[in-house]
Amino acid sequence: MRKNVLIRSVAAISGLVMMASLAACGDNTSSTAEGTSSSSAAVQISGEFAGAGASSQQSAVEAWQAGFEAKQPDAKISYDPSGSGAGVTTFLTGSTVWAGSDAALTSDQVTQSKSVCASGTAFDVPVYISPIAIVYNLKSAGLNGSSKHVNLDGETIAKIFDGKITKWNDDAIKTQNPDIDLPDLAITVVHRSDKSGTTKNFLSYVKDTAGSAWPYDVEETWPNQVGQGAKGTSGVISTVTQAEGTIGYADASQVGTLGSAAVKVGTKYVAYSADAAAKVVDASPKDDTATQANRVVIKLDHNTTEDGAYPVVLVSYDIACPAYKDTKNAEFAKQWLTYVVSEEGQKTAAETAGSAPMSASLRTEVMKSINAISTK
Amino acid sequence: MSSQTSVAEHSSSGKTSDKVFKGIAYGAGILILVALAAVTLFLLMRALPMVTGNQKQNEETIVSFTGGQATNFLQYVGPLVFGTVLVSALALLLAFPVAVGIALFISHYAPKKISTPLSYVVDLLAAIPSVVYGLWGGLVLVPHITGFWTWVAKYLGWIPLFKGPVANPSRTVATVAVVLAVMILPIITSVSRDIFVQAPRLQQEAALAMGATKWEMIKLAVIPFGRSGVVSASMLGLGRALGETMAVLMILSPGLGYSFNILQASKNQTIAANIAAQFPEANELGVSTLIATGLVLFLITFLVNFFARKITEKATV
Repeated sequence: MRKNVLIRSVAAISGLVMMASLAACGDNTSSTAEGTSSSSAAVQISGEFAGAGASSQQSAVEAWQAGFEAKQPDAKISYDPSGSGAGVTTFLTGSTVWAGSDAALTSDQVTQSKSVCASGTAFDVPVYISPIAIVYNLKSAGLNGSSKHVNLDGETIAKIFDGKITKWNDDAIKTQNPDIDLPDLAITVVHRSDKSGTTKNFLSYVKDTAGSAWPYDVEETWPNQVGQGAKGTSGVISTVTQAEGTIGYADASQVGTLGSAAVKVGTKYVAYSADAAAKVVDASPKDDTATQANRVVIKLDHNTTEDGAYPVVLVSYDIACPAYKDTKNAEFAKQWLTYVVSEEGQKTAAETAGSAPMSASLRTEVMKSINAISTK
Repeated sequence: MSSQTSVAEHSSSGKTSDKVFKGIAYGAGILILVALAAVTLFLLMRALPMVTGNQKQNEETIVSFTGGQATNFLQYVGPLVFGTVLVSALALLLAFPVAVGIALFISHYAPKKISTPLSYVVDLLAAIPSVVYGLWGGLVLVPHITGFWTWVAKYLGWIPLFKGPVANPSRTVATVAVVLAVMILPIITSVSRDIFVQAPRLQQEAALAMGATKWEMIKLAVIPFGRSGVVSASMLGLGRALGETMAVLMILSPGLGYSFNILQASKNQTIAANIAAQFPEANELGVSTLIATGLVLFLITFLVNFFARKITEKATV
């Protein structure tokens, strides 16, 4: 029962601070709200609102913060990129208004959320769709950059990342790339050494498409001893950059000057792009195990044959309550999520974080859940 | 200041100031014991759930840390201890001869004009934060040292320690050991230098007078005198290497294994770097697991210091 004392005390303190600041602003906000409610459609909100969770969302959240605070100058938002697991845990202690997570809630967590939500259970909606690029460094062979791509199918990717294919000019790679002169170079696999949603999403693609060629479970931790581990997306990118013959996986926005693989979809090979990533999300069904109210969880169809879809995608969720004990938080959550999934919000994230803007049809669905947040 | 003025007022000769000073000295002495006890207690308490708690949950935690490569605490901490000791020992092995050499050069060979600035430079090395060493190691040394390691593996590959294939980029135990060696070099050097300088002049002159060469004189009169100091200096350095976190975290490609192949990547990991790497995403039980590994590291450094004491005691008797 020893709850994480550190998190708890931080939570308690931040809770107190929040309450105090809310109380302090209490008087003037009500008057300004009355004054401005006639002129602008959205209710003006003020106070400090905290979120925590997935670090993959961090740069997008920063952009959203700036955009949101331009509309709501009295709202001060903070986001602690402590990781998906920690974010959800903090949210379930009630010390944050929302959580960002690379994984959907488990049904246990949904049940647990009863104690923090004023009524109902927490729900998750996709807010951030980011293609994961399979990056490599074949500079001398002239294969870096965005004009040329090495074609790889799921099984080949699995064998490379499991150390079964060790040379770039292996027949398995050659047959898929008849137009490319592949160098006689050893492959160095680079993977994340820390727990990561990127690893989990990448592995879940590999597992789904390669079948028995990938003998490990899908976890946030890298399962084998092949190649090298590096901390964080930046670590993977810098390691891949440091030596030729390396291959790794990373958030597509970080690819820079490295090469990236085109993966096999149906009979064609598709390189990553924002549109291609959004396409696979639309082509995928909803997770039928997430039956609780308002939840929108996508079960990515990695084996999709949809033309031009790029199936190696990370879908990150925002988690919120349908009702809050403090109506100010509810008002904030509603406005914040509405802004985040809005066309403008998605475009801002695409520009700063390289994510894929969600489609209109997905937005309609997500807005249904967001509108269910009760601000009364 | 207040004690001084009170001394001036009371003619009863410094009694109060004596008491005050005694109190402060006692307080400081007790404070360090209390701090140590508090750290030990904290480690024990937070590590306890790993030992007493639900073993199935513990197993799940460790499996989630290692991706299924270890299922119990011993399997988890074993390779970490091995990695920690291996990296630190290699670093000490690399640093020790160089450090003693520099110390002797400063104390006995270099003219005053060179020795003074040189000791400043060495002390300055100790002041560089480890994260800077980490950045330098990770961004500059790693890409440039790969060629050297390839050469080593080619000609010395028959020694199991240097067996290829060499990892490229070379984010390996060998590279980390080089960086750690540079980090602990100033500690060993400055302590050894201070000892060598204090070697009795008369004995040195006597040795020279009996016709000993300079090297023989150092061997006869300086090194025996400085031995215990040099050993404790090395242990100080080893202590730093054992606990070094940032540099290892930023350079080493981690892995859980018992491997002496120091030129290959993903073979070993150290306890401190592992805690830093896993802590941000660890849950409650995960944190307690990591703290338990921290407790093990605490024990190792404690033992190292303990044996260093023993050695120095023997040497001085």
